[in-house]
Amino acid sequence: MKYSALRIFTEALGGNKGWKPVWREPEPKARYDVVIIGGGGHGLSTAYYLAKEFGITNVAVLEKGWLGSGNIGRNTTIIRSNYLLPGNEPFYELSMKLWEGLEQDFNYNAMVSQRGIINLFHSDSQRDAYVRRGNAMLMAGADAELLDTEGVRRLCPFLDFDNARFPIRGGLQQKRGGTARHDAVAWGYARGADSRGVDLIQNCEVTGFDIANGVCKGVVTSRGKIAANKVAVCVAGSSSRVMAAAGMRLPIESHVLQAFVSEGLKPVIPGVITFGAGHFYISQSDKGGLVFGGDIDGYNTYAQRGNLPVVEDVCEGGMAIMPMIGRARLLRMWGGVMDMSMDGSPFIDRTHIDGLYFNGGWCYGGFKATPASGYCYAHLIARDHPHPVATELRLDRFKTGRMIDEKGAGAQPNLH
Amino acid sequence: MIIHHPLLGPRDAAEFTVLGDASLIERPDPQSADAEDRFYDYVYLRDNPAGLHRELWYHEQGDRSWLVVTRNTLTHEVVGVELARDVALAKRTGKRARTRKGGSA
Repeated sequence: MKYSALRIFTEALGGNKGWKPVWREPEPKARYDVVIIGGGGHGLSTAYYLAKEFGITNVAVLEKGWLGSGNIGRNTTIIRSNYLLPGNEPFYELSMKLWEGLEQDFNYNAMVSQRGIINLFHSDSQRDAYVRRGNAMLMAGADAELLDTEGVRRLCPFLDFDNARFPIRGGLQQKRGGTARHDAVAWGYARGADSRGVDLIQNCEVTGFDIANGVCKGVVTSRGKIAANKVAVCVAGSSSRVMAAAGMRLPIESHVLQAFVSEGLKPVIPGVITFGAGHFYISQSDKGGLVFGGDIDGYNTYAQRGNLPVVEDVCEGGMAIMPMIGRARLLRMWGGVMDMSMDGSPFIDRTHIDGLYFNGGWCYGGFKATPASGYCYAHLIARDHPHPVATELRLDRFKTGRMIDEKGAGAQPNLH
Repeated sequence: MIIHHPLLGPRDAAEFTVLGDASLIERPDPQSADAEDRFYDYVYLRDNPAGLHRELWYHEQGDRSWLVVTRNTLTHEVVGVELARDVALAKRTGKRARTRKGGSA
């Protein structure tokens, strides 16, 4: 069923009785060409691009809970491609380009809104760093503009420009950045994959792998064994737990990131704004809530909830750049479990076990990467060599000394 | 989270910074033949368990001692706290370190 304005009109005339479920609920088959573990944003987009771009449709997506029940439904919905390093920036720019055509591509309203993102800077040295970052973005084909204080003031007059400690000297703007409706991204990919023949199997937990002589031949699940030529793990947040079943230790720690939304307000914040002297980022949803977040809590955890010290820290960051939000009441806060990698960058790679592929380590930047992650993972699974923009996202990069350390924080995952 | 410090009693976790897995106490021998592989394991790879996890906490806003905290990563419950110094010395002498039980999520 193709969605369109005409369709809404004609369905309305028929009492809206013609709408069908968006995807099937199939029983798992005994064998697939590709089994994807994890029905979140990345798993669903992998299935979608496998079917659409690479012609592999005998695919199952196995999901422990319900589709999109993990971090695709828990993030702050920001999309951007303002990275610095050559191993990262072309990948995120591919993602940005896929975002721009996404809704037409999968015929679903993901509410992609290119309302722009501004990274504020507060000192001369930080300005230099952002000039460098902006140039790196331009070289990768992304857009970047440097704003001075007046340029930022024109867009966001409510900021605390003359803050005694962190005066706002300007910002690096990416106008093509913005936000998207996170759940709709998962649903759109799910619908697109399902309509091309992919089986989306919910309430099906993978409990082990069928590995013999260094070859992965399938998975053991709570709904029986499923054989597969290729098994693609895509479970960021739980990567260490799942890959432990395959006997692998990963360069990953699991941490909790909290996110917050205020009561609904009239439009006040034009795009996405990030604080350069602390860790705070904020946007306003179409419903009016201020959506914001900051640092991870800093200790290993698999609990999808954080603690109060970080709540205080995030709110202090908000008050430091826009004191007006002190008047808004916090409506909800929640936590999601992040794969924090040792250099702050993700992995899309084969493993040393034939037929077993790994996608994870997204830290807390996985949402914006959803389209490119799926596209590049599907490319890797279908062709067995990495997509040109994802050649550096390797699992063995710490062994070979090819880290992609955007922050320069080293092997200290709670600082990325 | 409340950390029951062996010397100072119950302290708010906000006074601490976390380094990570307590196995970081056991730095490999740089003279060993396979030192390169062992340091790769030591620096980059983690067990990252769901459940009980022994980890290093530094009492930065307090007495600046290093603690080995045993904590459940599914519930945040702290089940044991030791001085990292005792743990390291006990490893050397083969004795068990004194543990202070208890704590709360």
